[in-house]
Amino acid sequence: GPLSERHLMDVRLGELPTWLATCDFSPQGLLGGVQKGWNSYYDKYINVKRGGPAGISMLLAGYCLLSYGWSYQHISKISFLLQE
Amino acid sequence: VLHTTRPLHTTQQRLAPLPPLPEKGGEVRYGLIPEEFFQFLYPKTGVTGPYMLGTGLLLYLLSKEIYVINHETVAAACILTVIIYGIKKYGSDVAAFADKLNEDKVAQALAVKNGAIKGLETAIEQEKKEQWRVEGRSYLFDAKRNNIAMLLETNYRERLLTVYNEVKKRLDYQVALQNLKRQKEQDHMIQWVEKSVVQSITPQQQKDSIAKCILDLKALSKSAQAAA
Repeated sequence: GPLSERHLMDVRLGELPTWLATCDFSPQGLLGGVQKGWNSYYDKYINVKRGGPAGISMLLAGYCLLSYGWSYQHISKISFLLQE
Repeated sequence: VLHTTRPLHTTQQRLAPLPPLPEKGGEVRYGLIPEEFFQFLYPKTGVTGPYMLGTGLLLYLLSKEIYVINHETVAAACILTVIIYGIKKYGSDVAAFADKLNEDKVAQALAVKNGAIKGLETAIEQEKKEQWRVEGRSYLFDAKRNNIAMLLETNYRERLLTVYNEVKKRLDYQVALQNLKRQKEQDHMIQWVEKSVVQSITPQQQKDSIAKCILDLKALSKSAQAAA
């Protein structure tokens, strides 16, 4: 279909800049995109009849990585490493 | 003002009934990495590609100290061990319990629906029965008509009897009146005749009849004596 309505996975590498241009970067657009992503994640892994640990474990792992990234500066300081 | 020319329900989606939930979620390997990632790398690197990528990434992070090993690593390792052990041991039980909860909800809804259907079916049967009853209306009215005819007949006959009785009473009265009149005339005449006869008996006639009677008696006694 037309370029603006394809998912990111279906866009070829050469068309990436044009695809990025068609994206909606206003706050409402970003919020809409986040909402859509959240809903699609939920529909795929959580709103099922027999889910497993995969749904929330991926969210927790993502949270772990994010918090590690935020506190990397503090963890890598030598004073933190030598406190034990 | 509602524009009646505006078309409604143009999209394919409908809100009810909802489509059922899918049975299983997306495939995830080791609980962390979706299958799509493995499929994405399969054409170029085969089956072991993602694992090599993971190992290389891990060694790079460790060697460059992007991931520092400290007391938190040990804590994380212990927590992960406990969590994985718990999931492996009690996962199926928890799943069965949750399934049972769902099952109960669905069964309740089904029971409500079945109850409603049954209630409506009994209502339909009763309605049909009432319709069948309506057909008997003609018999009912025939019986009622017969009753009324009988009542009228009875009333008519009662009144006929009354009329007959009244007329008979009047006629009996007339008959009794005539009888009484005749009786009275007879009695009066007899009395008058007797009175006139007694009056007509003079004393002379009385003496003569008494003497005659005595003579007759004597003759009778004589004949009786002669016979005996």
